[in-house]
Amino acid sequence: MVQEELILVNFWSSPFGCRVKIALEEKGIPYEYKEEDLFNKSPLLSTINPVYNKVPVLVHNGKSVCESLNIVEYIDEVWSDRSTSFLPSDPYERSQARFWADFIDKELYEASKKIYRCKGEEQESGKKDVLRILKLVEGELGNKPFFGGDNLGFVDISLIPFYSRFYTWETFGKFSIEEECPILVSWAKRCSEKESVAKSLVDPIKIYDFILYLNNYLTK
Amino acid sequence: MAKEEEVILLDFWASMFGMRARIALAEKGVSYEYREEDLKNKSQLLLEMNPIHKKIPVLIHNGKPICESRIIVEYIDEVWNDKAPLFPSDTYAKACARFWTDFIDKKVYLNGRNLLFKAEGEEHEASKKEFIDSLKLIEGELGEKPYFGGESFGYLDVSLIPFYTWFHSYEIYGKLNIEQECPKLIGWVKRCIQKESVSNVLPESVKVLGFVQQARKRLGLDE
Repeated sequence: MVQEELILVNFWSSPFGCRVKIALEEKGIPYEYKEEDLFNKSPLLSTINPVYNKVPVLVHNGKSVCESLNIVEYIDEVWSDRSTSFLPSDPYERSQARFWADFIDKELYEASKKIYRCKGEEQESGKKDVLRILKLVEGELGNKPFFGGDNLGFVDISLIPFYSRFYTWETFGKFSIEEECPILVSWAKRCSEKESVAKSLVDPIKIYDFILYLNNYLTK
Repeated sequence: MAKEEEVILLDFWASMFGMRARIALAEKGVSYEYREEDLKNKSQLLLEMNPIHKKIPVLIHNGKPICESRIIVEYIDEVWNDKAPLFPSDTYAKACARFWTDFIDKKVYLNGRNLLFKAEGEEHEASKKEFIDSLKLIEGELGEKPYFGGESFGYLDVSLIPFYTWFHSYEIYGKLNIEQECPKLIGWVKRCIQKESVSNVLPESVKVLGFVQQARKRLGLDE
């Protein structure tokens, strides 16, 4: 058996890194985890991700793969023999899964930052945007247990890490995501029962405390 | 007998993202109906087929829409997989092609857009530097290969070559000389435009410049 060297370089609170952890856990692949201090980035990070100097980075037998959705697809293709594929086999269904993951990637994180970094009108617009995105995504889920059908798929993996941030968004924004998007929250709870997700999701309170800390740190 | 395929592309002639889809379809020899969208008066069909982003290009295949140029090109490659594969078979090489296409969209496109449509000043200067740095990074990725895809024209080549039609505009409003900054990249451009799938699709740079000039006037940047 070929010895695979697999390292995930990440920062604990990153929802993007969490996607990669879930993908690796789903496939049952052993890997080494390296925590990167984002306040004091290591020289290693700039060698493995010279373009962006960001986490997460997957280093597979010395070669780096960057950008979380790209990494998840890579994992799915390399270890295609382990677990069902994250992406459907039908090209049209694949294009739709990629579309929704890309939509989440483009809009959710940026919109959510306004909720906990801004006040007044900016904060309100962040809230509205986040709810608009979540409702659209909820519509896409429909009656399915997961976006991937009976199993976790590409869109599930892209979105579920943000569940750890719902508490933060709700507390800062003073609203209830469950009230606005009950089907989506049911889906999130269903996902959290999966071992790969339960092992990878960050405790929502830790995220909230960290964001409070960051807010203070950034205003200095 | 081949199944009746209905392929429609909703597009705008100057869009580098639309050109990606057109080149991919040409590479595969797919017949399709091209429909020009008036971006100031978007069609009902576009709004129905892409309700979330309301943008072109949209590929409509047998009535089903596919949106976002990178996703469209991957779809075309997967469906019409009998010729001209756009992706390498090696998974790591595929990941690199996807990574650099995403980089083009984030860094080349956005900085290029600032060069054309922002007034001169600090932000414009910063975009100019990032634009050149980005092109140089991509040129580094090309290395000595004839194409980004290696010996054959591939996904990353398709993703970048449309920007060539905008180079002349970037040079004028960014006050830069792309051939001087990135000679190998221009070498790659010359190689690509010899391909029919590219030369038949790309509009003339001077037409794109005309479009940019009109847009700048509307934004009040020039008289």
